[in-house]
Amino acid sequence: MKLVELASTIRSKNAGVDHITFDIICSDKANYERVKSSGALTKQSVAQLFRVSEDRIASFVVFEPAQAIKFTIRREMPSGCQGETDMFGSQQYAPLFDVEIP
Amino acid sequence: MKPVRIICPTGHLGTTPLEKGSFELGCAAKPDYIIADSGSADIGPYPLGADKSSSDEVWQRHDLEHMLLAARELKIPMIIGSASDTGTDRGVDQYVGLIKDIAKQHKLGPFNLSYIYSEIPVDDLRKRVRSGERLRGLTGRPDADDAVLARTGRAVAVMGADPIRNALRDGADVIIAGRSSDPAIFAAPLLEAGHSFANAYFCGKAMECASFCGEPFMGKETILGRAEADGVYVTAMHPGQRCTPASVASHAMYERIDPFREYVPEGYLDMSKCHYEQVDPKTTRVTGQTFVKGDKVWVKIEGSGKVAERALFIVGIRDPHTITNIDRAIDWAKGKLTERFGAPGGQYNVFYHKYGQNAVMGASEPPTNGKPNELGIVVEVTCQDARLAETICHIAAKNLFYARLPDVKGTAGTAAIMSDEVLHARAAYEWTLNHAIEVDDPLSLFRPHRETVRS
Repeated sequence: MKLVELASTIRSKNAGVDHITFDIICSDKANYERVKSSGALTKQSVAQLFRVSEDRIASFVVFEPAQAIKFTIRREMPSGCQGETDMFGSQQYAPLFDVEIP
Repeated sequence: MKPVRIICPTGHLGTTPLEKGSFELGCAAKPDYIIADSGSADIGPYPLGADKSSSDEVWQRHDLEHMLLAARELKIPMIIGSASDTGTDRGVDQYVGLIKDIAKQHKLGPFNLSYIYSEIPVDDLRKRVRSGERLRGLTGRPDADDAVLARTGRAVAVMGADPIRNALRDGADVIIAGRSSDPAIFAAPLLEAGHSFANAYFCGKAMECASFCGEPFMGKETILGRAEADGVYVTAMHPGQRCTPASVASHAMYERIDPFREYVPEGYLDMSKCHYEQVDPKTTRVTGQTFVKGDKVWVKIEGSGKVAERALFIVGIRDPHTITNIDRAIDWAKGKLTERFGAPGGQYNVFYHKYGQNAVMGASEPPTNGKPNELGIVVEVTCQDARLAETICHIAAKNLFYARLPDVKGTAGTAAIMSDEVLHARAAYEWTLNHAIEVDDPLSLFRPHRETVRS
């Protein structure tokens, strides 16, 4: 099943000027447990998905109170530099939709 | 300590107007304070660097007016943080002017106005660094040196609760603060009322984006936060919204790297043992937060500097063969630029933002077999000289029109031009400082003023 069918929220946003943070929230407990235990989302797998080196994954956290998996990618340049593609970092999450969850 | 009730009608005053319905409900719920933050580092480096607000004054005035009239009628204090997007001296002065103007327009009775500047001259930072003081880099940045400061045009210090606590103690009815930590403007009155650092800062953190801590998603609606002896309560005021454990917890991690810790000048809020409970259909209570005091006080410094002038040009591509070969067309265009102006990265930079392919995600875009019908390309050129930026941008775009690809069928021009003009864009700025300095006195970097406003 694809992550987009199991998650209630998939979003990205700047976390300060040097990072973009990604939140995957499953409001349904069963879906959350399934996504969490699937092993489909790890520091390595998201680095590959977003085509960045693993050292740019600044953080990868499971946050139980929100039933969320959260990871953060360090920007190559601070937000709003020349050549910026997404000032707020708010449209970077689409590749997560198609992640296969066994 | 006594229970304190705060309403917050907007997560960033001025971007779009607050919603009146839920604000009126909030005012009817017997608040002790009306508080909102009006700035962010989210808006890019341009506003701070150029010292311009990113919000329309029409909406800034709209919200200040609603809040001021309600605060004066209820006879409760009002606090605004990070005035006018940047929290610079300009922003504070603008909001002070608006407050006085609104008071005069409505013939309000006298009230005490405190305003607190937080800009810090780059020369001041330079002196500190040269005397051996550390301007510590945050988020993995190196400590700031002369070179970084040379690229910095304007900087602000981010105030914590102390300058605002002082203003409250001084009898302020309205406080306009320069750049401030979002939770701190809420924590200040709670600390004054004797609440713990943990509850005061957690309440601020939960409230600072207003209705974003509720569900379903709504912006610009009012929420009510209460600090009591037994925890922090957050209630959504809009009839269609509620604060749930999930929505409040989701907000705790919003726009943050670490959902468990929130750093403020005095130390950090530890949320790793927070417990969220639904106590009524619209209210969630949070307990378990703790505060870890640092042995030093660190004040965050944000700084921005101008990098170059910018020009833009928009072209469309519809020929499927050109679309397939767009990178070759762009390389050809860059070759033409190199002939005349040297390689990109020298006296200019050029970016081809290919909407329809990977303009939004750049190198992170996964490879796809799909091919769009058309591409929209925004050509961006940066250069020290504005006129030269325009000249280079013009031919960076026009060379797509003349691109020489083998087997091309469309020999009358390989780009569609929507409007044959170079658009003069805002200058390019950069966040040069995301740093912190250690201070003995958390008030020392901030300049408070006070007057009585009589209309």
